[in-house]
Amino acid sequence: MASTPLDTHYQIETPEGIDLPLRPAGLPPRALAFAFDLGVRGIIMGILLVPLALLGNIGVGLGSLLLFLMSWWYMVLFEVLNQGSSPGKQVMGLRVVQDDGTPIGWSGSLIRNLLRFVDMLPFGYFLGAISCLQHPHFKRLGDLAAGTLVVYRELPLVRPRIPQATALRLPFALQLSEQRAILGFAERQAELSAERVHELAAILAEPLQVPPARAVEQLNGVARGLLGPT
Amino acid sequence: MKQSHFESRHQPQWQAFAEQLKQLEQGKAKAADVAGFPHQYRRLCQHLALAQERGYSSYLVDPLQQLALRGHQQLYRHRSQLPANALAFILADFPRLVRQQWRFVLIAGLLFFGSLVGIALLVYLFPDLIYSIVSPQQVAEMQGMYDPQASRLGRAAERAASEDWMMFGYYVMHNIGIAFQTFAAGLLFGLGSVFFLIFNGLVIGAVSGHLTEIGYGQTFWSFAIGHGAFELTAITLAGAAGLQLGWSLVAPGRLARGEALRLAARKSVRMLCGVMVLLLIAAFIEAYWSSTTSITPWIKYLVGAALWLLVAAYLIFAGRTHHAPD
Repeated sequence: MASTPLDTHYQIETPEGIDLPLRPAGLPPRALAFAFDLGVRGIIMGILLVPLALLGNIGVGLGSLLLFLMSWWYMVLFEVLNQGSSPGKQVMGLRVVQDDGTPIGWSGSLIRNLLRFVDMLPFGYFLGAISCLQHPHFKRLGDLAAGTLVVYRELPLVRPRIPQATALRLPFALQLSEQRAILGFAERQAELSAERVHELAAILAEPLQVPPARAVEQLNGVARGLLGPT
Repeated sequence: MKQSHFESRHQPQWQAFAEQLKQLEQGKAKAADVAGFPHQYRRLCQHLALAQERGYSSYLVDPLQQLALRGHQQLYRHRSQLPANALAFILADFPRLVRQQWRFVLIAGLLFFGSLVGIALLVYLFPDLIYSIVSPQQVAEMQGMYDPQASRLGRAAERAASEDWMMFGYYVMHNIGIAFQTFAAGLLFGLGSVFFLIFNGLVIGAVSGHLTEIGYGQTFWSFAIGHGAFELTAITLAGAAGLQLGWSLVAPGRLARGEALRLAARKSVRMLCGVMVLLLIAAFIEAYWSSTTSITPWIKYLVGAALWLLVAAYLIFAGRTHHAPD
């Protein structure tokens, strides 16, 4: 069994017995998302407060209500109604989910955003940043209490074409990880420079029993063979 | 089985599943269309497990994983209890919750009302004490507000109907903000809630003691008694919710601290929802009833006392029977 890779994947095991990986987001993208949200709120307030100021007392009342909504409810409303993403998180490709990978609800969102007040203590998100940096899944205090997680949104993948080669079968059995490595090599070839492709393939020239110059072709052939006829 | 064979055999099923997911995510799906969803989801999970086990390429496994994750989010989403049954919550669940947490409510009440009454008496007996709690500028402002000569009360001497609106907005923002702070600060092992409870108690107590002492008692108390029933109770309950949060960290019992905190947070946020309702009512009363001066003070005292009794009776008796109206 391979040792655990050094990455931040967060696995959730479903009742169906499969592991789904989530990728928790660290401090910098979250800070940027918050800064963006702050800007959005500032702009909305700026735009709406001008006409409200002309309305006199009623305007001041509505303005106070607006300020209240913006400071305490902006995040909650967006997170619950917009698939866990405030505009800032949307821009940074983030979303909030519960610890078990399910979408965030009213109570979870309310807890994590009310406790934001404590995360901001004593100044500039000091407690929140410390908590976020020391936690394996980058949770701030509000996330700890609410049992939520900020993760990267999954982006749709574009499938590359595998280079043409005649299908080959190796005379020995491959392990699963080796099988995936060879397929990965063939699929990602287009992203790499020709020199790098040769360099990588040459490592396997000896076990494949071919001269290094032909190793790429050989590996692509094995990948074809693994993939089967298309 | 070769990967390409596996893929071409099941591709149509995956596409159909993705289509259904899209409908569900947009909330457009009809019940009849998604009857087969759990079955399809489990089949997808099986395909994913097979694909992983057979070492198929990551460009096949990863999209399947994404589909499975989206399916998981649709199938196992939590039903939120908060807005679903608002009426039952207000009529029964909230007072029940308050009674269930009576220890925290008692402590919060003692801290808040204790400091309030204590400092009010002290300021009444030693008038100069007010200046060590409230700045002279604020004292002058308060005195202007509750000057018996003024026709309407609260924050401004002369008020029109539109000003009631203004004050409503202001009270909502200000008071609910204070309640939220009192609650959230409880995360610091409860100390933050204790601080805000005592701090608010001191300020309110000092002001009321001072105004009574200089002879503005009539205007002040007739103003404050009505909405105070809701407002002061709400601040106390917000503090109690915060204390509960902090206590789960101090004494988590047999749970891990993180787990205890999560459970306590779930409970206390429900309490806070009730607090918000109370504060909205308070803001309404404060803006539209408390500030009128056309009604003689003793009627306001009477109504105020009735409101205090109402709140007490509500918290003590509502939801005792298990056949709460639904």
